[in-house]
Amino acid sequence: MTGVSDRAGSGGESRADLVVPGYGHGLRDVVRSRYLLKLLVQKELRVRYRGSVLGLLWSYVKPGVQFVVFYVALGVFLGLEQSERNPAGLPNYAIYLFSGIVLINYFNEALGNASRAIVSNGGLIKKIYLPRELFPIASTWVSAVHFVPQIIILVVACLFSGWSPTLLQLAAACAGFIIVTMFAIGLGLLFGAVNVYFRDAENLVDMLLMVATWASPVLYPWLLVRDKLGESFFLIYQLNPITVAVETFHFAFWLPTTERAEAIPPNLLSLWIPVALVTSGLMLIIGQLVFRRLEGRFAQEL
Amino acid sequence: MTTAIEIRNVNKQFVLRHTRSMKEAFVWLMKGRKGDLSERFHALSDVSLTVEQGESVALLGFNGSGKSTLLKHMSGVMRPDSGSVRTRGRVAGLIEVGAGFHPDLSGRDNVYLNGAILGMDRDEIEAKFDSIVEFSEIGQFIDTEVKFYSSGMYLRLAFAVAVHTDPEVFLIDEILAVGDEPFQKKCIARIRELAAEGKTLVVVSHDLDMVAKICERGVLLDHGNVLMDGPVSDVIERLRSN
Repeated sequence: MTGVSDRAGSGGESRADLVVPGYGHGLRDVVRSRYLLKLLVQKELRVRYRGSVLGLLWSYVKPGVQFVVFYVALGVFLGLEQSERNPAGLPNYAIYLFSGIVLINYFNEALGNASRAIVSNGGLIKKIYLPRELFPIASTWVSAVHFVPQIIILVVACLFSGWSPTLLQLAAACAGFIIVTMFAIGLGLLFGAVNVYFRDAENLVDMLLMVATWASPVLYPWLLVRDKLGESFFLIYQLNPITVAVETFHFAFWLPTTERAEAIPPNLLSLWIPVALVTSGLMLIIGQLVFRRLEGRFAQEL
Repeated sequence: MTTAIEIRNVNKQFVLRHTRSMKEAFVWLMKGRKGDLSERFHALSDVSLTVEQGESVALLGFNGSGKSTLLKHMSGVMRPDSGSVRTRGRVAGLIEVGAGFHPDLSGRDNVYLNGAILGMDRDEIEAKFDSIVEFSEIGQFIDTEVKFYSSGMYLRLAFAVAVHTDPEVFLIDEILAVGDEPFQKKCIARIRELAAEGKTLVVVSHDLDMVAKICERGVLLDHGNVLMDGPVSDVIERLRSN
């Protein structure tokens, strides 16, 4: 029989203790099964654009078209772009717009996929025990991979506009990325788990994502919010970690290409980035706690 | 003897949910929770069972008797409502082979993915890769996408991966009906080999003759209760006399 030859030390008495199966250590187990995580991400990336001629190019084409549409509609028609006839607009509006769009796209894709991850991997979760956090994390990871080409385009566009960032600005962009990632994973764990019980959750997420694009200064300047709605509303506006993350991207990519004409929101570095890091960190903890509470009944509810 | 699986007074109720939308749950709450939103039934009631290391146990019973549910408690996929389940060492489920396969990936990629899902690490899979391919008899098709496989090839590859995991406890659910007869014989031989090595086996199957060949002990379940626990031939006799 053509069996296995390297089964040394198997069988016989096991020294391990009796343990209760099905209780993991949450996100810590994901770190432990990082090889499986890597394979799941690879699978997702290979399967995503299967059978399409353009393949990974779609990751460039879609945000490109979205950018052109917003640029023409908002920058040109609604006059957000600064020009000779329109001196009140934003200088380099194209870069302002694109740096926000790439980040919000990353958030949308990460959260959208993470909240569907448990239900769409239901077949596996019902049959084999493995750390279920793997699935939302893997889909966030895939979104981060799709984020890379967009960042490259952004950097190239910035370089053509005379971009020379300081180290501080690059660090702020990293903080922005971390904020969005933690926030997306936290919400993704929360909605992914709730979605098993109530499929309404994914519709709720779709709605949230639509709001998210407009609840941050992606398409318009942040000054509009303060001027139209006042200081106190602006404070509430700033509590949204996604808003702060988008502003860090403006700070890092857009601001160095302008004449420093438009100020960034006050206290962005000293106050709002730490606040947003804490908020998204808390969201991550809440998401994990809810997930662990609900995961015990995944197998029978899926 | 060392205990491999210990199940104490396990109860499991399933909720047959009538509704799966927030709207209906909300309406139900507003109406003062009149009527039961859901129906329940007992899948396992007060089941206790101890399996020693090296034992091969068959879970027998008709459809809906709770065999698969009990197996899912052993693997940790489900948690009991009350009572306790404890296992020792690595437990691997050969539960519905191929659950972790993706049709758009090649056979090779699927071996790695499924191996990792079943708890193997990269070195382990690499070391066993040739042996897995050989066992599956897939040959040159290993780099073809799995969606082009015949159903027999698909199951053979999946089974090959599963039997190459090296756990202390094997949970086997209705997977012995794999492929053609020669391959089936090979599978059974492999499982008996595992048993001979001192692995703990828990088998669920409706093929009583086959179960009789593999297992020594039988446990008869009926509507979530353990009716009988003894030598497999006696239990099969009892089941057939029903």
